[in-house]
Amino acid sequence: MLEVYFQKAKLNEVIEQLIRLLRVYAPVLKGAYHEFAQIKTASDADLGFQNTRLSPKGLFHPHLERMFEFSLAKGDPQASILREVPKDYSPSVILGIRPCDARAFQVDDVNFDTSVVKDPWWVERRKSMTLVGLACNEPCSTCFCTTVGTGPFDTNGLDAVLVDVGDGYVVRAVTERGEELVLKLGLKDLVPDEAAKKAEEQKVSAEQSLGRLFDTEAIAKRDSAELFNAGFWEEVQFACINCGTCTFLCPTCWCFDIQDEVSGEQGERVRLWDSCMFPLFTLHGSGHNPRSQKLQRVRQRFMHKLKYYQDKYHQGVACVGCGRCVTQCPVNIDIRSVAQLMSASCIC
Amino acid sequence: MLAYTEKIREAARRLLAENRVDVVIGYRKGTIPFANEPFLAKSSEQVDRLYWDGFCGANLANYLPKRTDRVAIVAKGCDSRNIVVQVLENQISRDNLYILGAPCKGMLDRRAIRKALKGKEATSCEEEDGKIVVSGRGFSTSFERTDVLQENCTICIHRNPVIYDELLGDLVPEQQGVDRYEDVRKVEAMSPEERWRYFEELTASCIRCYACRNACPMCFCPTCFVDESTPQWVGKTINPTDTRTFHFLRAYHLGGRCTDCGACERACPVGIKVRQFTKKLEKDIIELYGYEVGLSLEQRPPLDTYKPGDPESFIK
Ligand code: SF4
Ligand code: SF4
Ligand code: SF4
Ligand code: SF4
Repeated sequence: MLEVYFQKAKLNEVIEQLIRLLRVYAPVLKGAYHEFAQIKTASDADLGFQNTRLSPKGLFHPHLERMFEFSLAKGDPQASILREVPKDYSPSVILGIRPCDARAFQVDDVNFDTSVVKDPWWVERRKSMTLVGLACNEPCSTCFCTTVGTGPFDTNGLDAVLVDVGDGYVVRAVTERGEELVLKLGLKDLVPDEAAKKAEEQKVSAEQSLGRLFDTEAIAKRDSAELFNAGFWEEVQFACINCGTCTFLCPTCWCFDIQDEVSGEQGERVRLWDSCMFPLFTLHGSGHNPRSQKLQRVRQRFMHKLKYYQDKYHQGVACVGCGRCVTQCPVNIDIRSVAQLMSASCIC
Repeated sequence: MLAYTEKIREAARRLLAENRVDVVIGYRKGTIPFANEPFLAKSSEQVDRLYWDGFCGANLANYLPKRTDRVAIVAKGCDSRNIVVQVLENQISRDNLYILGAPCKGMLDRRAIRKALKGKEATSCEEEDGKIVVSGRGFSTSFERTDVLQENCTICIHRNPVIYDELLGDLVPEQQGVDRYEDVRKVEAMSPEERWRYFEELTASCIRCYACRNACPMCFCPTCFVDESTPQWVGKTINPTDTRTFHFLRAYHLGGRCTDCGACERACPVGIKVRQFTKKLEKDIIELYGYEVGLSLEQRPPLDTYKPGDPESFIK
């Protein structure tokens, strides 16, 4: 596939060119942390970020999705009929997405886009977005992507990737869509040998810095019932305050709730992020709650990500190792330690 | 502060061995810098995992409500005040508690440290003689402890536990001449429109995860009003009306109960200053009833009692 190079001094020019072609989302510093937001000028983007506090999943699966609108007006012949809220699927690019976060969309595709069920909004947004990643030269100490089958230079979820080689960027197209975009940008300079060499060295050193912290295969092989009933959940769950932070920040957590909101005679049906950490998540209409205890909820989160997902889809775990839950959990519940308990085979 | 680790282990070992308590609630050392994990030690084999340093800001009283076993718990000044409120509100029995009082010099704010590091990542952090030494890939830098305290700790006037069965160290001098309400007065001085905008902006990035609520030792209702579904009192969306409703109601439920331990604010994943709501109520309760929360097991909180002389100028 196509590989080109441009000088750092040209970065803003390249981004401006992108903005002329497409809608551009990029990491933007807002207050104390970064988030992916639409940018209007190149200077809004900050590619010097480590990663965003919230994952970019909201661009495909928004926290609040307005699904349908309806009227409750008396005499309105259209009353109570659900109309789909018009969506904007303008062709867009996410610039600077990390390889792990891009992989997370593939992890979630099995939920939103299957041969039987297609979530139209997810599918259309996936089609409209080109993912231009930024390889991680210096993974954080809380990253563990290589342990869960992705990596700091993994291009599997991407259309193209940028590698920061100091004075400039190596741009590598991964898919045809990525290649088309690189061509449209008019980037033609061949990659200087020095830059190619540097990119390769950085890949090796980034991957080496990560190591392998636990064995996902071992979790796949363990008996579900045995894991479910394991004694260690008691200790794992103690500190958890069931706040839901881990699930809201996680790029792969896909669960949602559907609510009708009515104001006067107008209403809308909205879809909202939900979390298996909340007791309400599993409350039945009868009043029975199969996960009324904290232990059950904590276990569900880890079992879903690391065991059930593997058993059901046979394509690895539903965690991409971004470390958001590790750094932001207010009581330091660390999925890496839990996974070690689950695999019972720490190979660190 | 680190010296407490040994003291906690010694006390825990003794209390478990003498069968004075069934469990000990403390902390174990965290897996990343600036974080420790609340930990329940059930046997003497687990005692050596207990740990203490300046990153024990989460309020351990949060793990007490409705426990029926005999618990030893490490309590800073604020934690002990929350325990007082829990006892007054019948969430836990004082007789079942053995309080290991931890005189406190303030807890450290991981966000303040990260901010000061300007994007450099810390891989280790040591605390010594009032200094914090933080190091990472190719750097090492130090901070004065007092420069990176949790904001609520900088204005804390009850650092010593108010109730305890034994102390882990000498009592510390309480901070004098602290102005606790400078920020509240600023908000009070605003015009209604300005104030509305202030709170609107304050909560704009809220993701309604409820970390603030769940970190709070006073939020022990079996079902929180936001989780009621029949009827549903509050909308679940992240539009300003629903978010505001959650924040206003949460704050009002804490009037006369909040100790400003800061657990809510330190838990919020997006850094919202939720104490701006509760501090105003704290100030009102002091001004109206002369009551400071959680200082005495003898006095009923003003909002759960009626006295003929109660102020009522706010009823119009
Ligand atoms: S962020 Fe931590 S405390 Fe909150 S629900 Fe997740 S594991 Fe529990
Ligand atoms: S579980 Fe944690 S580390 Fe894994 S993808 Fe989700 S937030 Fe990232
Ligand atoms: S609020 Fe007071 S007692 Fe509590 S941690 Fe801060 S300084 Fe210590
Ligand atoms: S912790 Fe922060 S983001 Fe979560 S509900 Fe509270 S204020 Fe909102």
